[in-house]
Amino acid sequence: MGRYVIRRLLQMVPVFIGTTLLIFVMVWGLGDPVAAMFGDRTPDPATAAQIRHDLHLNDPLIQQYWIYMSNVFKGDFGNAWNQQPVTDLLKTAYPVTLRLTIVAFLIEAIVGVALGVFAGLRRGRFFDTGVLAMTLIVVSIPTFVTGYVLQYFFGVKWSIVHPSVGEGAPFKDLLMPGLVLAGVSLAYVARLTRTSVAENTRADYLRTAVAKGLPRRRVITNHMLRNSLIPVVTFLGTDIGNLMAGALVTERIFNIHGVGYQIYQGIVHNSPATVVGFVTVLVIVFLLANLLVDLLYAVLDPRIRYA
Amino acid sequence: MTVIDDISDVPTPDAKLAPLLEVRDLHVEFHTRDGVAKAVNGVNYSVNAGETLAVLGESGSGKSVSAQAVMGILDMPPARIPKGEILFQGRDMLKMSGEERRKIRGRKIAMIFQDALSSLNPVLSVGYQLGEMYRVHQGLSRKDAKAKAIELMDRVRIPAARERVGDYPHQFSGGMRQRIMIAMALALEPDLIIADEPTTALDVTVQAQVMELLAELQAEYNMGLILITHDLGVVADVADKIAVMYAGRIVEDAPVHDIYSKPAHPYTKGLLQSIPRLDQKGQELYAIKGLPPNLTRIPSGCAFNPRCPMAQDICRTDVPQLHPVGTARGSACHFWKETLGE
Repeated sequence: MGRYVIRRLLQMVPVFIGTTLLIFVMVWGLGDPVAAMFGDRTPDPATAAQIRHDLHLNDPLIQQYWIYMSNVFKGDFGNAWNQQPVTDLLKTAYPVTLRLTIVAFLIEAIVGVALGVFAGLRRGRFFDTGVLAMTLIVVSIPTFVTGYVLQYFFGVKWSIVHPSVGEGAPFKDLLMPGLVLAGVSLAYVARLTRTSVAENTRADYLRTAVAKGLPRRRVITNHMLRNSLIPVVTFLGTDIGNLMAGALVTERIFNIHGVGYQIYQGIVHNSPATVVGFVTVLVIVFLLANLLVDLLYAVLDPRIRYA
Repeated sequence: MTVIDDISDVPTPDAKLAPLLEVRDLHVEFHTRDGVAKAVNGVNYSVNAGETLAVLGESGSGKSVSAQAVMGILDMPPARIPKGEILFQGRDMLKMSGEERRKIRGRKIAMIFQDALSSLNPVLSVGYQLGEMYRVHQGLSRKDAKAKAIELMDRVRIPAARERVGDYPHQFSGGMRQRIMIAMALALEPDLIIADEPTTALDVTVQAQVMELLAELQAEYNMGLILITHDLGVVADVADKIAVMYAGRIVEDAPVHDIYSKPAHPYTKGLLQSIPRLDQKGQELYAIKGLPPNLTRIPSGCAFNPRCPMAQDICRTDVPQLHPVGTARGSACHFWKETLGE
């Protein structure tokens, strides 16, 4: 198990370098950040040259990347378009998005798995067909539609919840955005769980469990669920990163000042430091989530642990 | 251990006692999209304590389905048991409640499956899976159950049982896994064991060891054993009597030696002829021509008639009943005398 963890950790290094380098190149390729700083005015050539020099913009790209990454590891993410340190933005934005992600993740995992298990056990019956139809509808409608529709009815028309999220993003306000953010993933989790459960109910080892005279409850919880949830755990783990990145749309609808909002600002104002900084942290989140999945996978499935 | 007391109580084979298990006129059908598949069509057999009945047949002959019906592990639906009785120790199990039947499973009737790798749960240790029998049926603690599991593994001669009790099924060899299946079936010392092709997935040397172990344990606990197989070689050494199944019916039913020396049904005869033999090296192996029938469209008359070298008009119209052949055997063939006489 120890070797397995070390191997997974080592594998993260090239992935981290590869993804951040790619983002770095793409964002720096977007346009001249110095020109963007001055907006509509024409910059003074001497000042512009000075800024270019200070930001190492005249150096080869790979060297710029090296300088940037060494600063990042010293805790310096550079400054945003308005000269605010990106670290300050990270510190305010990530906790908000994290809260939203947690709410969405819990909804996705609990409701999705529960729907999937019951549908899988009642394969072909009314409940199963209902879940399949509902999830298909959810998957088909884009998030911004569900977001605005739910916001209008529950927030504006019936005033059941706040239409937008207040200062400090309390959990109470995040329920509705969390549901919107979780929607599509929830549908996938439900379907994936259903298929996995339905497949496992036909497995030989379940027949053995029944032949052992175990009560049905025990057959399902101890023998079927653990096997069925292995693929679901993989999906849920990788989805943590997707939820954080995907919060962009949801955050705009519900006026949440999180990661999505800041990345959007960074793109609009052509601020490479903001975009690369936020995305670098996202990459780290993705990698950690994947590591978590791999470890959980090994806990759930001994065939992987000893491979 | 009460084995010694039991021996004094064992009735002579002639004693008029109800058999341990008696299956009477059992029918099982599956309702599928393509129609009703009649998997078992009126099967009768019985097993006594300490006796081994081999049920022989090709895939699709209904041998496994009838065993699963006895065990009560058929998926219903799509399966249905429209007719028949399964008497275990004199009581019809088909009339019992689900809970009553569950309590018989594992405790009184246990089953060994064909492929131990897929039949054991891949994510639970073998110790857990063995111990579970004691925890669920006898309410033992986790610790006591583990000790019992180690004892069981020793019983079926798994080396270093104490060290291996926490290992997972994929860490054992095929033969060892099948021993674990046997141990699991044996855990609560049931009265009857149903072994569904217990050696099919194993290589030949291991097959012999596993069968030997099974026969030995059966004798020790005086259990009834139903051995389901398509391998005539396996049967010869261990079985007391044989029931040959074809298209959901028993076509021949006899003590083991009679079948080998003088088959009374053309199908049994075909099966015996298709065993490879050393003295026929270089010759083409005999095979019964044709394929087993589609269970949704079983041929009229004798189900075997399209493949039978002896088929006459009567075989296509009249279903042959099980004719008594001598004292303890039967053949469901209109021409059993001719088959015997050849």
